Amino acid sequence: MLSIILALFLGILILVLAVMAVQNKNIVVAIIAAGAVSLFASILYLVLAAPDVAMTEAAIGSGLSTIIFFYVLNKIKRQNG
Amino acid sequence: MVKNLFIFTVLIGVAAILLNLFAGFSGNTELGTIAAHYASKGIEEVGSANLVTSVVVSYRGLDTLGEVTILFLSAAIVGFFLKVDNTDNKNRQLKYTSEILNTASQVLVPIMLLFGAYVFINGHLSPGGGFQGGAIIASGLVLMFIAQPKKEMGHKMINIVESVSGVSFVLLGVAGVLFASGFLDNKILSLGKFGTLFSAGIIPIIYIFVGLKVGSELTGIALSLKENQNEA
Amino acid sequence: MEKFNLENISLAIGILVILIGLWGLLTQKNLIKIVIGFALFDTGIHIVMVSIGYIKNRTAPIIDSAVDVNNASNLVVDPIPQALVLTAIVIGLGITALMLSYVLKMYQKKKSLDITNYKDLKW
Repeated sequence: MLSIILALFLGILILVLAVMAVQNKNIVVAIIAAGAVSLFASILYLVLAAPDVAMTEAAIGSGLSTIIFFYVLNKIKRQNG
Repeated sequence: MVKNLFIFTVLIGVAAILLNLFAGFSGNTELGTIAAHYASKGIEEVGSANLVTSVVVSYRGLDTLGEVTILFLSAAIVGFFLKVDNTDNKNRQLKYTSEILNTASQVLVPIMLLFGAYVFINGHLSPGGGFQGGAIIASGLVLMFIAQPKKEMGHKMINIVESVSGVSFVLLGVAGVLFASGFLDNKILSLGKFGTLFSAGIIPIIYIFVGLKVGSELTGIALSLKENQNEA
Repeated sequence: MEKFNLENISLAIGILVILIGLWGLLTQKNLIKIVIGFALFDTGIHIVMVSIGYIKNRTAPIIDSAVDVNNASNLVVDPIPQALVLTAIVIGLGITALMLSYVLKMYQKKKSLDITNYKDLKW
């Protein structure tokens, strides 16, 4: 019962953040929202009894992926002026 | 207007297929046949306590070899596209990074590297393994390169570590053909006592090489995308 | 409702994230937003795959003091989808890095991040 309530709460958070990642006009907010979707999906994997997958998703999805996006954004803004 | 209608039709089509999957799915109550074999016989045949590790390295080891090849290919293509021109290396003044980042990175980077090594050495006893440990090592190295841009390790060292790990992984597989019954077989070293560090054949050794390879690859990708900051 | 259990809820979450990622992929004009749409699409597929392997009231596939060695096939969830998703997450990062390097090269050519300016392949 507790896991169902937790899964519903995480689900609502994931969907709201995913819509924000696609719709928001500011690119920085969109990148951070995509990283937050990966973070809450990692907690959902833990509720689904998959600790290996949770560790991998937390390290790669919300760590390295966000850093790579910010490197590219910095390079583009630097070349823009 | 026509474009919006077309996008809407595509989305409705994909949603119909996926909702078909949702409607027809009733939860499982028993493990499937192959999964039951891996769960029950996996301990005697492979000897590792982590069942996902035994599936990734031993039962499906050839898929891991393919995945390592795909990662190598993508790292090579990114490095080829974004080749950094090193001619303006002499008159490059590096930007001063803040005090908090410097101090915090001196404390955090050794802890992160040690934790990453712990995760891939203990891959067969607790949740973890080569991919997770490699990603943690890559995050630690990227933090070091952000905080202190003067301490460039250079691309040569990363390329050497990556190539040596990849070649040793394939050589271990070939040694499986020579000394035991198949490619990437597990019984070259003895299976040992269940639950200790030196158990489960060559799984710890394979995971050490996979962890080093994945860590250096992801660091190489991040370094290719990084920019040299050249104002004071 | 008898369909209100954990694997159905997470399957629905995964399907909705796939649809949101696909919608962002098709309607956005900024190149970086399109790459974010691809990343969301990947995450949705991984959630669907892991939630299919879940069995009710069972625990993680690691054999320690909580799981008996002889009875393991009645006490653990399915380990095969977890092994597939482990590989797929790392490959997804490689694909994202490759797409971002393409975006960088396209920006260096034409100095614009809007996809309506790239009409060279249209008839």
